[in-house]
Amino acid sequence: MFGWLERNPFFFAVGVFVVIAFAGLIEIVPDFAQQSRPVAGAKPYDLLRLAGRQVYIKDSCNACHSQLIRPFKIETDRYGMYSLNGEYAYDRPFLWGSKRTGPDLHRVGNYRTSDWHANHMWDPTSVVPGSIMPAYKHMFTNVTDLETAYAEALTVKKVFNVPYDKDIDGDGKIDVPLGSFEEAKQRALQDALKIAQETKRKDLVEMVKAGKIPEIVALIAYLNGLK
Amino acid sequence: MHNPNHAIEYDYTVAKWFSYLAILYGIVGMGVGVLIAFQLAFPELNYIFGEYSLFSRLRPVHTNTVAFGFTLSGIFATWYYVGQRVLKVSMAESKFLMTVGKLHFWLYFIGSLLAVASLLVRYTTSKEYAQFEWPFDIVVVLIWVLWGISIFGLIGIRREKTLYISMWYYIATFLGVAMLYLFNNMEVPTYFVAGMGDFFHSVSMYAGTNDALVQWWYGHNAVAFVFTVPIIAMIYYYLPKESGQPVYSYKLSLLSFWGLMFVYLWAGGHHLIYSTVPDWMQTMGSVFSVILILPSWGSALNMLLTMKGEWGQLKENPLIKFMVLASTFYMLSTLEGPIQSIKSVNALAHFTDWIPGHVHDGTLGWVGFMIIAAIMHMAPRFYKREIYSKKLLEMQFWLQTTGIVLYFSSMWIAGITQGMMWRAVDQYGNLAYSFIDTVTVLHPYYTLRGIGGLFYFIGLFMWAYNFYKTMTASKELKEEPTFASPMAA
Repeated sequence: MFGWLERNPFFFAVGVFVVIAFAGLIEIVPDFAQQSRPVAGAKPYDLLRLAGRQVYIKDSCNACHSQLIRPFKIETDRYGMYSLNGEYAYDRPFLWGSKRTGPDLHRVGNYRTSDWHANHMWDPTSVVPGSIMPAYKHMFTNVTDLETAYAEALTVKKVFNVPYDKDIDGDGKIDVPLGSFEEAKQRALQDALKIAQETKRKDLVEMVKAGKIPEIVALIAYLNGLK
Repeated sequence: MHNPNHAIEYDYTVAKWFSYLAILYGIVGMGVGVLIAFQLAFPELNYIFGEYSLFSRLRPVHTNTVAFGFTLSGIFATWYYVGQRVLKVSMAESKFLMTVGKLHFWLYFIGSLLAVASLLVRYTTSKEYAQFEWPFDIVVVLIWVLWGISIFGLIGIRREKTLYISMWYYIATFLGVAMLYLFNNMEVPTYFVAGMGDFFHSVSMYAGTNDALVQWWYGHNAVAFVFTVPIIAMIYYYLPKESGQPVYSYKLSLLSFWGLMFVYLWAGGHHLIYSTVPDWMQTMGSVFSVILILPSWGSALNMLLTMKGEWGQLKENPLIKFMVLASTFYMLSTLEGPIQSIKSVNALAHFTDWIPGHVHDGTLGWVGFMIIAAIMHMAPRFYKREIYSKKLLEMQFWLQTTGIVLYFSSMWIAGITQGMMWRAVDQYGNLAYSFIDTVTVLHPYYTLRGIGGLFYFIGLFMWAYNFYKTMTASKELKEEPTFASPMAA
């Protein structure tokens, strides 16, 4: 049989394809519906956090930080409750990471504050002596691209039925409003102002008041929401 | 296939171009690698090119340049050489295939430069080894289709009816990467749905755990179909050719090939052990990873046994040295991987530097050495000149081998140290170390790793120089060498 296959490249290629596709079919397909079910209380990212998540991705924070707490006591002691499948239901893409050059961040919102993050991203060793993380000063002057964040929110709402503008928990109120771009932007600016004030940096507050959200503010909003 | 007086004049134009590119991307990609390795030991190095040299920005540049720049160039270079020779047909015989080959090269060259540049200006999907945004994914697909036309076109006009073992592996590379790349890069460009925002931005079709599952099915098997399968294609051709020895066992190559194809794809789950992926998948990933030792060692042993009775060549011929050590590193790497896939070991090793250590003994030792040897084997055939300097090749071998040993041994120690410190508790059960303690302790190992990488990097310049001199200034040969590549002392 193998000798025959080696003289018939088409059937050889078909044979190889069947053999390599087999595992994917069995491992990936059956669990798709089950996996994407959100855990109770999970909500999609509001505009500012989604924009911050895009900043996190743009500078590949996931190259050094995981967002996956494994179910060991030594991990839950350090980082908090172990991660649940349904918590990631709105994560496109997932950001588990594969290397902890720095610590896990899946629940960093529980134990770090806005001004800690601002100081840390401006000069990591000022708050963590010995840190090998570089400073991300360009995030303090770059303006957040809210339009792309809105485009993403609208896309997942339309294409994947992510529940923006919906009452998720059944209390009669809309949980994560999106609305038009202008509405969403105004909400993001309000949220951003609060965070900019928490960082105690005048330059950030000034920028937000001028209608421009520095990337660092969006990023902090995202990190504060990781709980 | 060992008839030296064949009448066919093979056309090496495209093979030569891809060889130059392999050398270029090797130097660029590993240069970035050395820089980011030293950044972990000396963080000030993060700022030498402003925000463009930050570790997080450069790490994807490094991985993509070495995997899809250096390695793929090496794969294509050897394909455009080996393909013609084992199918007994010259590219010069088909104007169409020649055009496809050249188009393949130029689209790849320009596409890869733009794709890497896009990472520097922060266009990334964040998925490892699949960072490129959707416009570049389309370019990658086009490049791949062109390569497919080249492979099956050449097969279509072949004289040798039976496909040689290397061909099996090239075909599998083509199919495997096509399947994996397509499914993992399924994404929706947001501009087209929302009509606003960045044109390049897209959002993954999969969410959360599903996304992770597809990503590591891809990520692990990108290793399979870029770093393993095509490299085996190379060694099955170049080792017998360079040594003049027949492949040890056809049956073993059959078992290894079909075994590898079937088993490899299951193993992606070992990247997700103790994650939120269902337990049975994690177990499958773990179990199949251990089974994977069989086909992996099958190929490696088949290569080592090909040298049976001819071990003297190891002393005489530096190219044999490169290839035999490549097989050995392949064995080391394919034993280490399964060990790391065992759940209890993975609990310690995951997220630590032991993982990059494991990757690099495979990539530097196995992939790098095989591509270096293949290109130096081709050089005398490309230019009808002997290899410029055997001595330089020997020096390169020893320098790079030392580099690899420094690299993986320092990362073993670093990884296990960090893993042990993360889990260390005092007598009351409280964590013994804060996270930063487990970072500062790694400084000497990061430094040592950087030095190891630097050794390998310097070796690349020796390789480039030797290749260049072979091309331009070495003694001319009357006819193409049959087996061992002739080299000047």
